[in-house]
Amino acid sequence: MAEMVATRDVYGKALIKLGKIYPDMVVLDADTASSTRTQWFSQEFPERFFNLGISEANMIGYAAGLSTCGKIPVVSAFACFGSGRVYDQVKLSVCWPKLNVKIIVTHAGVSVGEDGASHQAIDDINLMRGLPNMTVIVPADGIETEKAVRYAIETQGPFYIRLGRLNLPLVFDDTYEFVLGKMHALREGTDATIIACGLMVNESVKAAQTLSEQGINVRILNASSIKPIDKQAIILAAKETGAIVTAEEHSIIGGLGSAVAEVLAEHLPTPMERVGVKDTFGQSGTPKELLRIFGLDAVSIVEAVIKVLGRKTQKGR
Amino acid sequence: MEDIINLKERAKEVRRLVINMITEANSGHPGGSLSMTDIITTLYFSIMNHSAANPAWEERDRFVLSKGHACPAYYAVLSLCGYFPASELLKLRKLGSILQGHPDSKVTPGVDFSTGSLGQGLSAACGMALAGKIDKKDYRVYAIIGDGESQEGQIWEAAMSAAHFKLDNLCVFLDCNKLQIDGKVEDIMNIEPVIDKWKAFGWNTIQIDGHSIEEIIEAAGIAHKTKGKPTMIVADTIKGKCVSFMEGKVCFHGTAPNREQEQQALRELE
Repeated sequence: MAEMVATRDVYGKALIKLGKIYPDMVVLDADTASSTRTQWFSQEFPERFFNLGISEANMIGYAAGLSTCGKIPVVSAFACFGSGRVYDQVKLSVCWPKLNVKIIVTHAGVSVGEDGASHQAIDDINLMRGLPNMTVIVPADGIETEKAVRYAIETQGPFYIRLGRLNLPLVFDDTYEFVLGKMHALREGTDATIIACGLMVNESVKAAQTLSEQGINVRILNASSIKPIDKQAIILAAKETGAIVTAEEHSIIGGLGSAVAEVLAEHLPTPMERVGVKDTFGQSGTPKELLRIFGLDAVSIVEAVIKVLGRKTQKGR
Repeated sequence: MEDIINLKERAKEVRRLVINMITEANSGHPGGSLSMTDIITTLYFSIMNHSAANPAWEERDRFVLSKGHACPAYYAVLSLCGYFPASELLKLRKLGSILQGHPDSKVTPGVDFSTGSLGQGLSAACGMALAGKIDKKDYRVYAIIGDGESQEGQIWEAAMSAAHFKLDNLCVFLDCNKLQIDGKVEDIMNIEPVIDKWKAFGWNTIQIDGHSIEEIIEAAGIAHKTKGKPTMIVADTIKGKCVSFMEGKVCFHGTAPNREQEQQALRELE
């Protein structure tokens, strides 16, 4: 079984490594440092860490101001508080002036678990990808998290990186290279393509195994780069496999599924199904229970692939 | 540094430009531009260290106009300082202009921070002041906020944090012109006793006549000497100051004068 690693733990360690290389890096948190793991950076570089208390809007403004003076501010919060809670601040104080602010959030999606709907960000990809100048990345595992965080720190401009709370199996090894705007094929196939991000990438790998036993061969694309989106890979997948399933721990409205649908609708309309939260709020429960009842697992992906294959056949007639 | 008489002339010139610009644009915010004209003129011509030849000079004092809608006065001052030619002023709010309806740091030379959504600029000014502390730089950060703007919760988040981080390199002017779009600040959502609020939040507070250049300079000097806490200068001002038919009139918050009113205003500002 693959090694299990929490992306936020990788993030916490990556900040320390990068902090040693980049003296201008500063880290801000709003009273969630022990959970987001920015506390580790604060222990290593106390003079470059600032806890703003429970005032996320103010924190975004501080980051914006710091960046105009040459700092590389990394802002951390739970995904719900680092996106919707501060939408206008991110829009106007960060994205409009295109400032070098890195918003790196943890505890995204329903897999936050017991805290329930108020703490489950299922709309944040939608909000952040709608902002001009913003880059949105949802890493699939620990390996990709480290590479994406480094990429963000080393690249000018606003970034939103979305991490979760849970330990996740590694889907990549150290040789993996993160390339912004490029989807990485984890598996080749000709019957359909699953385009997934975050923890749904590993669920897609499991789904592909089940489907393969039924004689269905699917391609899997890791869409960690939500914005910019890899149009070329989507169009190619549509051409070569004729059916698309998207999978994300996010609402089916406005997230990865919508981003893919936008590309297909304009370039090559293709039967597709979206696996995600079906326009509803989350609730309390264990992460495992919630991922099941919201249909965010391999079983739901398998069902979606079979459904889309039915439509593909119909279209073929 | 210019002397007081010159500064008063400068302020008058800024007011004339504000009237010209907003009339030509046929839109904009004259009331709040005129109420803060003496403050921003004195900042740029007497108080702040800055260089029009090098707007990105690292050691410069920073300025954030948190009440971004009052930018015509800001633009007029920047132009008079030499950040861009005066010919740009009459392109205010027009398509493709470097002078947007609200300050845009990407397109206007000398604008340190983009603002327009009230309450956000002060947090950014705090971030600039914090950067100065981290780097042990001597530059200071100035900001102007509005009294209506003080109804935004983010102002008070920033207030708490600036005192917490002991940002004594931060000096903020509150342009207390007592009016907002829908009426009197005290009727819409009272902010008084506002100076007590800032004091309670841990700031050094000074009350001045916001149209007295002498008092503006003196207060900024006290702020500079104050250690361990940021300074809030509560400036008592008149909305539409120096144009008789605009003074204290809510309707000139966000309405441009017509050509006739422009001429009358310019006569009063001779």
